Amino acid sequence: MHTLEHAADNGVNVDALLEARDALAQAPEAAGFQWRAACKWIKGTHSRSTVRGFFGLGEEQQHRTEFTFEADHPEVFASEDNGAAPVELVLAGLASCLTAGVASVAQMRGIQLRSVKATVEGGMDIRGILGVDSDVRNGFDGIKVTYEIDADATPEEIRAVVAQSQKRSAVYDAITNPTNVVVEVN
Amino acid sequence: MRRATTVIVGAGHAGLAMSRCLADRSIDHVVLERGEVANSWKTERWDSLRLLTPNWQSRLPGYGYEGDDPDGFRDMAETIAFLERYAERIAAPVEARTTVTSVRAVDGGYEVRSDRGTWRARTVVVASGACNTPVVPALAELLPAGIHTLTPMEYRNPDQLPEGGVMVVGASATGTQIGEEIHRSGRPVTLSVGEHVRVPRTYRGRDIEWWMDRCGVLDERWDEVDNLDRARTVPSLQLAGSDDRRTVDLNALSWIGVRLVGRLAGIRHGKAQFAGSLPNMCALADLKMSRLLDRIDEWIAEAGLEGDVPPRHRFEPTRVPQSPPLDLDLAHGSIRTILWATGFRPDYSWLDVPVIDRKGRLRHEGGVVEAPGLYLMGIPFLRRRKSSLIDGAADDARDLSAHLASYLDAGRRIPARA
Repeated sequence: MHTLEHAADNGVNVDALLEARDALAQAPEAAGFQWRAACKWIKGTHSRSTVRGFFGLGEEQQHRTEFTFEADHPEVFASEDNGAAPVELVLAGLASCLTAGVASVAQMRGIQLRSVKATVEGGMDIRGILGVDSDVRNGFDGIKVTYEIDADATPEEIRAVVAQSQKRSAVYDAITNPTNVVVEVN
Repeated sequence: MRRATTVIVGAGHAGLAMSRCLADRSIDHVVLERGEVANSWKTERWDSLRLLTPNWQSRLPGYGYEGDDPDGFRDMAETIAFLERYAERIAAPVEARTTVTSVRAVDGGYEVRSDRGTWRARTVVVASGACNTPVVPALAELLPAGIHTLTPMEYRNPDQLPEGGVMVVGASATGTQIGEEIHRSGRPVTLSVGEHVRVPRTYRGRDIEWWMDRCGVLDERWDEVDNLDRARTVPSLQLAGSDDRRTVDLNALSWIGVRLVGRLAGIRHGKAQFAGSLPNMCALADLKMSRLLDRIDEWIAEAGLEGDVPPRHRFEPTRVPQSPPLDLDLAHGSIRTILWATGFRPDYSWLDVPVIDRKGRLRHEGGVVEAPGLYLMGIPFLRRRKSSLIDGAADDARDLSAHLASYLDAGRRIPARA
């Protein structure tokens, strides 16, 4: 059913992805994943998040190792700047998700990538988070992602890969669509 | 109880094309129709609708356009007359005003119950249509009180709507056509745009359907496409049939003042929320259109027609508003009406044969349904890209009537089960 060109090697295991897609079409119950992160306050605005376990394919899964992310606010916010601002982590998540998609879609389409660079800019009016003006939202007023891609493909084909990557991106979806968020205290 | 070798359910273009092909093979059959020939066209369409395929393109087995405007577009009266003439011409054995209430398998065949009697048949052809029920998203339940809502099946013309703003949800053929008409009636339209397929009405001197027909796009087969699920669910082309052959794409709609917003993603506290993905939805559609035009250009070059048609060109990319609104207050009166142009689905509730998958679709291979002797006609990409068009029924009916005939022959060679 799938006609693939295997000439390109972007290091993505496309066969495994396609197998998973076919398998999950038959067994949608295995497709339910739960992603998790734990966050611990250190001091001031500094916190440390870790990820290790998640649930998927019907059972508990583990990352190969625990990953840690430091988050803080910069010195202009009178903080100690021990890590990225949380909003920067969101931008990094978006860029990583889209870039993973670019590599996968390119490989699926037989396009060899040589270099892929994304820059992400998120505009924000901080009067929102400071509570200066209730008409100003807390979040980004817009996000711009700019790709520079060197690949064996026409500019149109590259644009199509980037567009398809957005169509299949979880973080892009999470940012562009509303999501119900429940925060509880035990 | 009456008997027929084949019962066809539905006397639209698909059922009639199949009737003609069965008659050619001397297979006795009956066409059961809940209303009259061309019933959906008579009762479920808005007043100004015209076919989005040119007159020449509705080629049915043994029948086609006979007028002097092959490049025009039929209005509803002409579409109905076209199908009625066909039914007469082929003397289709239509039982009108006969609603099928159940079809179930009984020893080597099917029992077809209707409100006007029961038939026994070796084979059944489901030609009851792809657009029986409008799809309305679940979030419609969250709308604040006082907003008037309707589906394209209830819509007839702008006069039935209250004055004031209208949000049309969905920007495929239905949403763009109705959106344009409502906006021109003086009710400002906000168009919620998700995934869509943009094409120009004409390109290089010809109708886009003419090129797609000529260069083989419409003949692509179900067993040859990369992703059949995707091909079967791709939105309808943003096309409209009109005398001035105008393109009704998002740029044309923006030009007359229609406001574009992203896909309707939620309703919360009386506000509609729109996805921030509008730029990518438009980029995808622009890229897809360019690939279609590339293919047409290649075909023209290969056919040696380069000098005979106007030169290759490209259309302006979709003009996406700088910062389209992400929400819209539905409570304070700027939107009085919401029209759900969010697609249709077939109704198989009367089919008591276990061939329906978890998404409500019939399990079939190119119209040959999993249950022996059961066939399907007239749904998108049944056997070919053109299967969704009136023009697709001819080839599909020829193929499937051949399959049906050999199924009957095989049954005659093998002793029937007791």
